[in-house]
Amino acid sequence: MSSPNRLRVAQIVFAKDLRIERRSKVLTSQIMPFAVVTLVLFAFALDGDVILQRTAPGLVWLAMLFSSMIIVQRSFAVETADGALDALRVAGADMSAVFLGKWLALVVQLLLLELVLLVGAVVMYGIELRGSGIVLLVTSSISATCGLSAVSTIYAGLASGVRGRESLLPLLVLPVASPVLIGATRAAEASFGTGGTVTSEGWPWLGVLSVFAVVFGFGGSLAFGPLIDD
Amino acid sequence: MTIDTPTSTTASTRGTSTPATRVLGILTIAMTLWLGVFGLLLSPADRDQGDAVRIMYVHVPSVWLAYLAFIVTALASGVHLFGKRHSLQADRVAGASAEIGVVFMAVTLVTGMLWGRITWGVYWQWDARLTTTALLFISYVGYLAVRGLEGSREQRARRSAIVGLLAVLEVPLVHWSVKLWRSLHQEATVLGTDLDVSLDGLMLFSLFVGVVAFTLLFVWLLLHRSRMLTMIDLSAESGLDRALAQRRAEGGASI
Repeated sequence: MSSPNRLRVAQIVFAKDLRIERRSKVLTSQIMPFAVVTLVLFAFALDGDVILQRTAPGLVWLAMLFSSMIIVQRSFAVETADGALDALRVAGADMSAVFLGKWLALVVQLLLLELVLLVGAVVMYGIELRGSGIVLLVTSSISATCGLSAVSTIYAGLASGVRGRESLLPLLVLPVASPVLIGATRAAEASFGTGGTVTSEGWPWLGVLSVFAVVFGFGGSLAFGPLIDD
Repeated sequence: MTIDTPTSTTASTRGTSTPATRVLGILTIAMTLWLGVFGLLLSPADRDQGDAVRIMYVHVPSVWLAYLAFIVTALASGVHLFGKRHSLQADRVAGASAEIGVVFMAVTLVTGMLWGRITWGVYWQWDARLTTTALLFISYVGYLAVRGLEGSREQRARRSAIVGLLAVLEVPLVHWSVKLWRSLHQEATVLGTDLDVSLDGLMLFSLFVGVVAFTLLFVWLLLHRSRMLTMIDLSAESGLDRALAQRRAEGGASI
């Protein structure tokens, strides 16, 4: 299959996933509220403004990880429910293109979720955004999201259509995604200046996150075909 | 000592051992006893750590075994995935090896924690090596869960081969990120004594005995377990009828 065709497939899958999301409104009506509830619960558990302010970056990313598990499950539930993935295969769609489409659609959804969590943290945890940290915050969030989405898409594809996948997916994804949690949290701390950190401390983490995203993005597009194709 | 596919001969229906594995088993037991003698009796107690240093004779060989097992899993996964025949035998070796690896990784973690409690005063340190090891352990528990998923044998083999290879990608990334994390946070260290154990000749030799014993143990377990997995597949394939027919034939022969 020629590469322009491949891009087209990716584009169609990408648009389709976002269209389903826009029409079903699961992200806005269920997952975002869940994420906000998580933030509120963290505040109950870690009673105290100082602690919350200190741990805010970590809490935001933890809420992010847990909520992302639900989105990812959904991203593949819509494919397997009506045998849509099989239909894609019958149509001769290139699986690495399907991976690319689903990956990017997931990135967009997770970035939206992140925005909500960030606003929530500013409002509830009292963190303050610094002008000098904005670039680091945005770039590190984007690369962390790309990495997390790539890993999640690979493993969700693997577990799609299998009984017991709901409990299996977090077990597979969360250990692999731990560099994302470490990196994104440290980068966010540096950009907020949490605990007296300076912005420059965050840049090495951007490197970690980018390498992670590239490795698993590349690995995913290679592995996705054989994973689905059986 | 090939990991042969058991056929429907009476030898293979009786068990997973062959003369070669029996010899290997005896050697393993002998080496383990020898390790006990060296580790507990002959080797001296450490100047700083006292008798706690003897944990090392189990800890180091078992971490060696676990990593060896995971390397074998990755290699066998690669053979399955990229080999022309997509050998199911390679897949079984990968699975058997991962099971053994997970068990000995658990042994590593537990013995390491006990040693840490005695020597450092805490069970756990968020150091790069420890954290990577713990995450690796969890990842391979996940790998075994993937092996347990429903589906055909070919599906299982392909899925788990990919997960087995992805785990290899994971290790350096996790290690790098945890290392960077810890180096930026120079917090109070709880290490009371020096981490580096000054090994005298006898200690080093005991350690060497341990590594040899555990390597033999690994090969022995791997042979048995992968033959076992072959037999499980075989019995699922041939079904109950064939098993019954074989049993009847055995009964007939002995009468």
